[in-house]
Amino acid sequence: MKVRLTSLLVGAIALFTATIASAQPSQLNLTRGATDISRQVYDLHMLVFYICVAIGVVVFSVMFISIVLHRKSRGVKPAKFHDNVKVEIAWTVIPFLILIGMAVPATITLIKMDDTSESDLSVLITGSQWRWHYSYLDYDVEYLSNLATPREQIYGRLPRTENYLLEVDRPLVIPTGKKVRFLITSDDVIHSWWVPEFAVKKDANPGYINEAWTRVDEPGIFRGQCAELCGRDHGFMPIVVIAKEPADFEEWIRGEEQRLADRRAEEERLLSMEMDKDELMRIGQQVHLSQCAACHQPNGQGIPGVFPAVAGSDVALNDRARHIEVIVNGVAGSAMQSFRNNLSMSEIAAVVTYQRNAWGNDTGDVVQAADIHNHIQGNQ
Amino acid sequence: MNTEKPDNTKYYVPDQSIWPIVGALALGLIAFGAGHFTIEASRQEAGFGHYVLGAGLLVLIIMLVGWFGDQIRESRAGLYNAQLGRSYKQGMLWFIFSEVMLFMAFFGALFYARMIALPWLGGASNNAATGAILWPNFEAIWPLTLTPGGTETEAMGWLGLPLINTAILVVSSVTLHFAHVGLEEAKRKALTNWLIVTIVLGLIFLGLQMYEYVHAYRDLGLTLQSGVYGNTFFLLTGLHGIHVFLGVTLLIIMLGRVMAGHFTKDDQFGFQAAAWYWHFVDVVWLILFVFVYII
Amino acid sequence: MSTITDTHSAPAAHDDHDHHDHKPTGIKRWLFTTNHKDIGTMYLWFSFAMFLLGGSMALMIRAELFQPGMQIIDPHFFNQMTTMHGVIMVFGAVMPAFVGLANWMIPMMIGAPDMALPRMNNWSFWILPFAFLILLSTFFMPGGAPAFGWTFYAPLSTTYSTDSTALFVFAMHIMGMSSIMGAINVIVTIMNMRAPGMNYMKMPLFVWTWFITAFLLIAVMPVLAGVVTMVLTDKYFGTSFFDAAGGGDPVLFQHLFWFFGHPEVYIMILPSFGIVSAIIPAFARKPLFGYASMVYATSAIAGLSFLVWAHHMFTTGMPTFASLFFMYMTMLIAVPTGVKIFNWVTTMWRGAMTFETPMLFSIAFVVLFTIGGLSGVMLAITPVDYQYHDTYFVVAHFHYVLVSGAVFSILAAAYYWLPKWSGVMYDDFLSKMHFWCSLISVNILFFPMHFVGLAGMPRRIPDYALQFADINAIVSVGGFLFGFSQLIFLAVVVKCALKKGEPAPAKPWEGAEGLEWTVPSPAPYHTFDVPPKV
Ligand code: HEA
Ligand code: HEA
Ligand code: HEC
Ligand code: CUA
Ligand SMILES: [Cu+2]
Repeated sequence: MKVRLTSLLVGAIALFTATIASAQPSQLNLTRGATDISRQVYDLHMLVFYICVAIGVVVFSVMFISIVLHRKSRGVKPAKFHDNVKVEIAWTVIPFLILIGMAVPATITLIKMDDTSESDLSVLITGSQWRWHYSYLDYDVEYLSNLATPREQIYGRLPRTENYLLEVDRPLVIPTGKKVRFLITSDDVIHSWWVPEFAVKKDANPGYINEAWTRVDEPGIFRGQCAELCGRDHGFMPIVVIAKEPADFEEWIRGEEQRLADRRAEEERLLSMEMDKDELMRIGQQVHLSQCAACHQPNGQGIPGVFPAVAGSDVALNDRARHIEVIVNGVAGSAMQSFRNNLSMSEIAAVVTYQRNAWGNDTGDVVQAADIHNHIQGNQ
Repeated sequence: MNTEKPDNTKYYVPDQSIWPIVGALALGLIAFGAGHFTIEASRQEAGFGHYVLGAGLLVLIIMLVGWFGDQIRESRAGLYNAQLGRSYKQGMLWFIFSEVMLFMAFFGALFYARMIALPWLGGASNNAATGAILWPNFEAIWPLTLTPGGTETEAMGWLGLPLINTAILVVSSVTLHFAHVGLEEAKRKALTNWLIVTIVLGLIFLGLQMYEYVHAYRDLGLTLQSGVYGNTFFLLTGLHGIHVFLGVTLLIIMLGRVMAGHFTKDDQFGFQAAAWYWHFVDVVWLILFVFVYII
Repeated sequence: MSTITDTHSAPAAHDDHDHHDHKPTGIKRWLFTTNHKDIGTMYLWFSFAMFLLGGSMALMIRAELFQPGMQIIDPHFFNQMTTMHGVIMVFGAVMPAFVGLANWMIPMMIGAPDMALPRMNNWSFWILPFAFLILLSTFFMPGGAPAFGWTFYAPLSTTYSTDSTALFVFAMHIMGMSSIMGAINVIVTIMNMRAPGMNYMKMPLFVWTWFITAFLLIAVMPVLAGVVTMVLTDKYFGTSFFDAAGGGDPVLFQHLFWFFGHPEVYIMILPSFGIVSAIIPAFARKPLFGYASMVYATSAIAGLSFLVWAHHMFTTGMPTFASLFFMYMTMLIAVPTGVKIFNWVTTMWRGAMTFETPMLFSIAFVVLFTIGGLSGVMLAITPVDYQYHDTYFVVAHFHYVLVSGAVFSILAAAYYWLPKWSGVMYDDFLSKMHFWCSLISVNILFFPMHFVGLAGMPRRIPDYALQFADINAIVSVGGFLFGFSQLIFLAVVVKCALKKGEPAPAKPWEGAEGLEWTVPSPAPYHTFDVPPKV
């Protein structure tokens, strides 16, 4: 039995060390990150870590020495002592001092991290199930950021690519060398905006705004994830931040403002245009898969008790006005949020058309952007 | 009746008893029933929830009658010794402590809402952006008569009914004390009468409380739904009201026992427990009166 | 209690028979019992069943996380697994196990005839099966079981949850009643039922730690009841405690929950400290070092536990001074806990140790709990907790203190007292197998979690980025090994329960101290009808 146990132990340890040794450092330890603060945090982490290891080594050594030496099988006679005020005071005071040694740098770093004053740029970050919304307060730019990894990869029908689950359709872009302030909030449940390389993690609480900041030295791409359980797709809510040189950033943001303006003009134009049904169905399917399928599922069946089915539902089969209303204004007090600011009117028209004709919902209805426009007007 | 001479020199460990598991069944039915009933009520559907809940309450009552019946019989058979009496007393005191902590949770919510959440919504502390961006028109005042979401209500004043209710409860604590003095001095008549007075006061309190709720809903538009002011108001006073109800029930049971000739100077645990509970409920009210109504 | 007579009398209402060491038989024995040993046994079996159930859910989690991608279960079901795993392990496995040990041992250790309130004791137990049946019934509801984590943060548990919430809330209510009644029973037993001469500073540490644990339970379970009630009214009755639009705050939920939650984690470790403080001196054949300081340290930990709750909430956006306060208080807890560790090590120092299975588990406890405690101190450092929070580093921390801490101590206790409970010695070979398999696999399971956590893997996710793949595979293998190792324990216990084994003497351990070893093994149905002299 000795032999079997030993070989088990050796095998396990070998497996263990082999994998650990073959791993990249970034797979084993905290990142040093890309900012001054993140490096201070890293140093603090290593400091505390080494102290803890040292304490562990001391305590466990004493213990193992005594396990080896003071065993009955060696014929020792047990000592009788059971009190010693001096050592007891010592081992109360020494840990206390060690703790003070950790608390001082921690306090200094924390005060710096919490100081969001004098920023150069503010971004309002709003979490919602399960995407991020970025809005530049100093510019007329806002957009949604969704997971970009295709479902086929998640369900193993396509090989997984390098940034599996850590890629989005529209990353957040910030300038380097500038103090960027993040105002973080949520539309529904609590999320948490976390980018390890900035050492920024702040909860997005609905109805409140938390602040955090970063100042990135070098251009680069930084990836993070939502860090607070926020429902079914909590694991599929990544964050990507691109830091650009200030000049490149300016150029990007002008382009973005232009793009949004163009989009609004296009929207106006589409209002007076009729799209044909195939076109609507094609766009509608895309919108459904990217925006709605997380809840209502790609086949429109929803999840019983959690998210209602759209396939075969009364709303999708009969109540056209309600169908548009639900998407435009959301359903108060439920996960069904308003999509008015996130989708264009033609996209809403397309997804309504799609949902009213797909999965056996054969209403034959065709909904145009103008219908959505009228609905909104009529509502106001 | 036992022919053997009751032996109360040693700690009485009861033999098997069916009541605990009946009690567990009762709580199980209540929990299961109340859960389903809540769901069904919120969807306005008919279901089985309320039947299960009702069955649970029924079993609970049967259990209480059976269990307390056993205990009263044992106690009167002289099986209980002083040490067991101490167990009961300590048990009751720790139970009251747990009740204190339950109220603490709701008072904590009240203080947090008033002193932290509302100012933050108004932009205080590190929440300037919360106020400016999310709730630009919100004003942090207490009582919160206009919520950030726009629900309006009126505050409940403290003069009038609440003040009268306070007086009633304070007096009831005193009358209960008189009853206890009567018990100590073996003046059965005084005991019974003061106990009756206490119970009547308790019932009047409950009646006035109901009346106040009607007033709040009908005249002030102050409802359970009207924001955190209404929430804390109704949950605190409601929780307290339930405790008054329980306290009155206990006192009524004690009145029955007094009239049946139970309790003496040395054997009065049941009475004492009910009295402690009543005093506790009274103290909670005083705190509640100050923090919910006045300040 | 001056004169002691040996006659016994039954209540007038019951059959008059002498039940001195006469057990009722059949199923009624268990259903209607008032005997602390029977109730203790039921608690322990219940807890073990829940451990296997909660463990199977953990294995479901580990199976899904074995590889990146979604293979076995849906993300929504994954969240149900995580939630129910946490709830069942905490409220169904660890806490009832400790209550079971308290039931069995406290009356015997202080020379009491039974628990102070024997009928209520049975009530406390039997509530649990009902509560967990209700909880498990939610799996069959539309939308399934609760999926908001064992911490059920609002508004995920209110506006955005499925209807299982209502049942979750009421199940928590009755579970809480059970805990409060159990705790009242323990505390009253200790205060009122000690044999003459058993003064407070002579009580075994297991009794002391439970005394303080019971106090914590009575103080915080009602707060849990309060907060679940607010969840219920927020979801179903239109209140807005946790909704900014009505003037509430989702973070209020977290304050209330963690005001309960942090003392709760000490509820799950203080009795362990008591167990280890009994076992180490027994096998080191040397008195416990620093008895008094152990008592003070336990009290200090309990007191501080009310002042540290917001260390779970550093990222919620508290003002800086609040974060600092909670950081300092949290770090302080390392001091009294350190005192305990040092006391145990010094107890071993210059003892004459032997390494029976209870001792092996206790030594493993000291080492692995310290590792978990040290990672706790790392978590307490607010600026770095911004990086650790809600990652697998936290998962590693709490499994070290809970599994190789609390659970190991429970296993140690089981081996230590099994001869007293069953009257036979456990199978030594199997028990050593169990120990070594558990020790190795628990580290394969939880140690690498530190690494993925630091590397940035969030917790409560059903799928992860590719760089976490290797380590997750190892962890999953460890999980299955650890899980199946526990079946060895099941075999050991079943053998004892069937009385297969060497008959145990009254005191099977040479160096053991305490009243429980003065009665025969198995302990008679009623012990200390006559209080012993201490
Ligand atoms: C038995 C349960 C248990 C115990 C005993 C502990 C003990 C401790 N825990 Fe842990 N903890 C949990 C269970 C437990 N914890 C759980 C379940 C969670 C997660 C909840 C969730 O989110 O789901 C959690 C999470 C948690 C967090 C939040 C992390 C996060 O979410 O971001 C923090 C942060 O401070 C923390 C800290 C501590 C500390 C400082 C201790 C201390 O008590 C440890 C003290 C011990 C030692 C320090 C070791 C011995 C001491 C010495 C050898 C002396 C010398 C040492 C020094 C000078 C450093 N714990
Ligand atoms: C005391 C408490 C306790 C215990 C003992 C454990 C034990 C284990 N825990 Fe867990 N765990 C928690 C408390 C505990 N845990 C808590 C509080 C959380 C947080 C939940 C949350 O985020 O909300 C958590 C979360 C948690 C996670 C993170 C989930 C996530 O974030 O999504 C993981 C992942 O690996 C995990 C794994 C394990 C494993 C593998 C074990 C193993 O030790 C289990 C051992 C396995 C067995 C004992 C199974 C034995 C059974 C069989 C072999 C089959 C036979 C079956 C039958 C007869 C029915 N636990
Ligand atoms: C975060 C989850 C989520 C997302 C994403 C989502 N929905 Fe919903 N949806 C819901 C929920 C929850 C409801 C039920 C609301 C209620 O009635 O309480 C709902 C209801 C609906 C309904 C009404 C169904 C009925 O029968 O009552 C329609 C139609 C609908 N959604 C369409 C959409 C469309 C189109 C999109 C994408 C553009 C979308 N939803 C995205 C969660 C979501
Ligand atoms: Cu959003 Cu998790
Ligand atoms: Cu904690």
